[in-house]
Amino acid sequence: MRKITYREALREAMDEELARDESVYLLGEEVAEYNGAYKVTEGLWKKWGDKRVIDTPISEAGFIGMAIGSSMLGLRPVCELMFWSFHSVAYDQLVNNAGYVRYMSGGLINCPIVVRGPANGGTNVGATHSHCPEAIFANIPGLKVVVPATAADAKGLLKAAIRDNDPVYVMENTLLYGIEGEVPDPEDGDFIIPIGVADIKKLGSDVSLIAHGRSVLTALEAAEELAKQGINAEVLDLRSIRPLDEEAILRSVRKTHRAVLVDESKPFAGVSAQIATLIQEEAFDDLDGPVKRVCSLDAPAIYSPFVEDEQLPTAGRIIEQVRKLF
Amino acid sequence: MDDYSKHPINKDLSKKDKLFIYEQMCQIRRFEQASLKLYNQGEIGGFLHLYIGQEAVAVGCVSLCGDDDHLITAYRDHGHALAVGMTSNECMAELLGKATGCSKGKGGSMHFFAPDKNYWGGHGIVAGQTPLGLGLGFALKYQEKDGCALVFLGDGATNQGVFHETLNIAALFDIPVVFVIENNGYSMGTSLERSSAMVDLEKRADAYGMASQSLKGDNVYEVRAGVDAAMQRAKKEHKPTLLEIQTYRYYGHSIADANHKKYRSPEEIEQYKANHDPLRVWSNQLLSEGEITQEELDAIDKRMKDEMIAAVKFAKSSPAPTIDSIYEDVYSEIDEGNPVRGSHFFNIN
Repeated sequence: MRKITYREALREAMDEELARDESVYLLGEEVAEYNGAYKVTEGLWKKWGDKRVIDTPISEAGFIGMAIGSSMLGLRPVCELMFWSFHSVAYDQLVNNAGYVRYMSGGLINCPIVVRGPANGGTNVGATHSHCPEAIFANIPGLKVVVPATAADAKGLLKAAIRDNDPVYVMENTLLYGIEGEVPDPEDGDFIIPIGVADIKKLGSDVSLIAHGRSVLTALEAAEELAKQGINAEVLDLRSIRPLDEEAILRSVRKTHRAVLVDESKPFAGVSAQIATLIQEEAFDDLDGPVKRVCSLDAPAIYSPFVEDEQLPTAGRIIEQVRKLF
Repeated sequence: MDDYSKHPINKDLSKKDKLFIYEQMCQIRRFEQASLKLYNQGEIGGFLHLYIGQEAVAVGCVSLCGDDDHLITAYRDHGHALAVGMTSNECMAELLGKATGCSKGKGGSMHFFAPDKNYWGGHGIVAGQTPLGLGLGFALKYQEKDGCALVFLGDGATNQGVFHETLNIAALFDIPVVFVIENNGYSMGTSLERSSAMVDLEKRADAYGMASQSLKGDNVYEVRAGVDAAMQRAKKEHKPTLLEIQTYRYYGHSIADANHKKYRSPEEIEQYKANHDPLRVWSNQLLSEGEITQEELDAIDKRMKDEMIAAVKFAKSSPAPTIDSIYEDVYSEIDEGNPVRGSHFFNIN
């Protein structure tokens, strides 16, 4: 199969959806003439023009609110947040307006928007630019949150998000943009990954490493080392945080009887806390030991290039937690 | 004072049109009075922001709207809802939290919606609706529709950051939108003078190179004349306008605002009621034109009073939402019955 980068996969998803549906348009800071701060939208303005690919002022609340309003009249905006870290200045729009308008109108109004952009640490940009807010938004009933780890998932999930009738927040990763992966050729048909379906990235029998986003790659790295130590780890990629594929999580844990959750977001009330609750509620008797977690160390993201990588989940810390279970 | 009755947008109004404007203002006044009574009887939860005193603004604006014109407002939303044609029954039932309410009892007083009538709410956070209204205008232009968006906000909303982001984008992108500041003089308990460095609110538009005008909001003719000009600018030139319409609320910010006679004087309230009451201004105008009689106006008022008695009865006798309905209307694909992994959208204990 052909290989393209995660960045190219996202771009291809948007390009195909722009072609498929005239109501789809892209907007955000530097997405058009500048070709995207991280070059995800490169070439799309040149191809699709001013109407479909729109540069906005630095006004996240303003342009995301505008996108939400336009979606109520049937458009399908894809908003780029240069960093998901900038969500905080648009929080009212992202939560109250996008997340709750369907509910508060008794189901009369749909809000089919996508907000996408990178949400990760590890690039030495300090705490204001290193948020992983998937737990914050997954905490809001009415919102969907997906976090692709591979190029194929990035393309398939983004296309599904654009076609979804509810708001979908796609959390990407600047450290994944350049990584290549196999993605089916567009000539072989529409490639969609349904939102809410987890994916086993490596089959195993001894312990379940449950992760999302770039942590999936870290978990795979740990699994490779663990194999050398005689431990056959399974790596389950959640792909979607809400809706959550609870069956896939429970199926894996019931098979391996051990779970280590790998989550780049913070541990306190984070995604991993939700999954740990699920496992203890539904699979307590299947466990051979406590559920372990490997998250970002629970402090604001540190700048220092000497230590930031150690603040994020590492293969070493995963292995350490796994070994405690044997 | 200009005689706005001779304005081109007003001079051809029929007797029926004029009576309908009176009927709508009367409906709003009587609806609000009925809801106040229910609130004081403990039948309505939460907050209740009454529109009494401001009726000519919503009714005047809506009277100009065509099929492709859309409206959105903040939490003082009953007047606009009734003006676009939502029924007293569905609105009253919503206030009482009943399943027959316009939002099935899920929105409450601040969150009325009627997309089939181009009415997009009903929003609870000050100025939060302003970029949504911008988006309605954006969509109309994108879809090449010959309409515009009317975005209502209070004077307090002009001090929120997102309002200024919205004005800038509206002007920058040439969006067919009319921002209507309903300036009732107080952002909750803080007067305009105590909250705004510059009290001429229409001048906020100057910062964005946007057209603006200040209007008096007690006279439907004046409201229509000013708003029509702004709507024409939106439709013909795709240019936004900022309107300040001076109005007044007779009650507190909400009915829970017990201090409203402390931060303003009772004399101020009485002065407005005596000289600027929009229903009285309109009825006096119609009577002076000689085409309409007091009896006709009284008959309308009686009909509206009766309508509210029926609406209260309807609301009180309607069923409450079920507990199961709490999980409905959250995600569209669940409501449509085809979720990929339906049970895992929610953490059900």
